[in-house]
Amino acid sequence: MSWEPRPVPEISPETAPYWAAAAEGRLLLCECQDCDLQYYYPRARCPDCLSGNVEWIDAAGTGTVYAYTATEIVSGWPEEHLPLVLAYVELDEGPRMLTDVVDCGPDEVEVGSSVEVTFVDTDDPDVAIPVFELRR
Amino acid sequence: MTDDVDAYIAGAFEHPTREAPDKSIAQLHAEVAAGALEDAGLAKDDVDGYFTAGENYQVGRYPPLAMADYLGLDVSYFDSTDDGGSAYVNHVGEAAAAIAHGKCDVALVTLAGRMRTDDRDQPEHDDSILQENFERIYGAETLPVYALAARRHMHEYGTTSEQLAEIRAAASHHAQYNEHAMYREPVTVEEVVASRTVSDPLHLLDCCVVSDGAGAFVVVSDEVRRQLARECVAVLGHGAAIEHHDAGRVDLTRTAARDSGQRAFDRADVGPADVDYASIYDSFTITVLQTLEDLGFCEKGEGGSFVEDGALKAPHGTLPFNTDGGGLCSNHPDRGGMTKVIEAVRQLRGEANPEVQVPDAEVAIAHGTGGYLGTRHAGSTAVLGRVGR
Ligand SMILES: [Zn+2]
Repeated sequence: MSWEPRPVPEISPETAPYWAAAAEGRLLLCECQDCDLQYYYPRARCPDCLSGNVEWIDAAGTGTVYAYTATEIVSGWPEEHLPLVLAYVELDEGPRMLTDVVDCGPDEVEVGSSVEVTFVDTDDPDVAIPVFELRR
Repeated sequence: MTDDVDAYIAGAFEHPTREAPDKSIAQLHAEVAAGALEDAGLAKDDVDGYFTAGENYQVGRYPPLAMADYLGLDVSYFDSTDDGGSAYVNHVGEAAAAIAHGKCDVALVTLAGRMRTDDRDQPEHDDSILQENFERIYGAETLPVYALAARRHMHEYGTTSEQLAEIRAAASHHAQYNEHAMYREPVTVEEVVASRTVSDPLHLLDCCVVSDGAGAFVVVSDEVRRQLARECVAVLGHGAAIEHHDAGRVDLTRTAARDSGQRAFDRADVGPADVDYASIYDSFTITVLQTLEDLGFCEKGEGGSFVEDGALKAPHGTLPFNTDGGGLCSNHPDRGGMTKVIEAVRQLRGEANPEVQVPDAEVAIAHGTGGYLGTRHAGSTAVLGRVGR
């Protein structure tokens, strides 16, 4: 249920800290210092109030499955690694994050399943990708 | 119903074949442009507005420039707003607005695509968007993100696979009468549910066809309409909306149709109860079910029971929909919004297949969904009305 190494995301100055932290095994969120919104995906300006006064914070890395699907067809994904479990995980901080649930059979996942973050490698040793696994 | 009509659809044309291996994309645009103008009783030189969208690789980096050159158009207004499959329903509203502001009098809208026989790699994602870097790495493409929406709808409202299958069954009932439809064989609810699971809870028959094809329509001013020996269709109202991640508070059961529909109905001064026929974007069965709820044809969460027992079947169902067989069975030429407009025009002019023609259809809607329902998408709704001559 995984595909390693993963494609390397496009790293920009805006998102570099997010990917660097992931390579260290940390999941970051953005927090607006003006309206207190904690949001995902990372952006330099707050999507609620457009403030540029935004800080990185460490997420707990735990959450629950909001929606999931085990997909049998993903272009470019090696067939032996299908089905792929794509999911929205609702982080304990609130944001829902599009991600994968790895190392589990599709029948083991449910809406509401408790999950925690883990990280998979990419072709770039300085970049890792946050994914989730079931908390057992 | 409003008397305040700025623009009318005077002609429409759909390319008849679902495979076009020997035709270029530009050639398909030109064929349907000629067909729609002939249907309206207009000539190419009458055109002073042009709208098209589409992938850059199809016709060149700047679609309206490439196609205006190819078609030899001399236009005073043009636009290529590209919100995916909803673009062509959006172009109805944009053309009407341009006409209302005196920017043009005869607006041509064209679409062409060769998703079926073009062997060129189809770019699944738009790399220019920051967000794509947080989706592609997870394998999040069209099919699974729609499946996420279906999953959440089932979880919150108890919607079943059988209820989604009702939508495909109704579309296939219509498609049997459309000689151009890609899949004409009627299918049952049981057959849909028994088809292969491609991204659970969606089955193969919950998904639209992949076809080549093309379509065009012509939007004209009232002054032009009065000169035409052709029944025209009034653009009564139009609305557009975008639904997105909402900073991570994405709600997968809510679609842009809620706001686009409200805006269109308000402008038209009609409501869902006044609609005789509905063209609903049908990339997947879940797209239809959620759109029906958000357009107000039933309460949120009750789409499943609304579509049961053939409610969507023409001509006698509660709400006849997609009487050409829709994207699910007939035609999805890269983007399906164009065919939504064309079949609504046919219904209002009484030119749909007699087996599925809704008697005395006076108000129709065409709704397009563009982008990805499970992450971010656009909704565009046009309310159209029959004009007595
Ligand atoms: Zn803020």
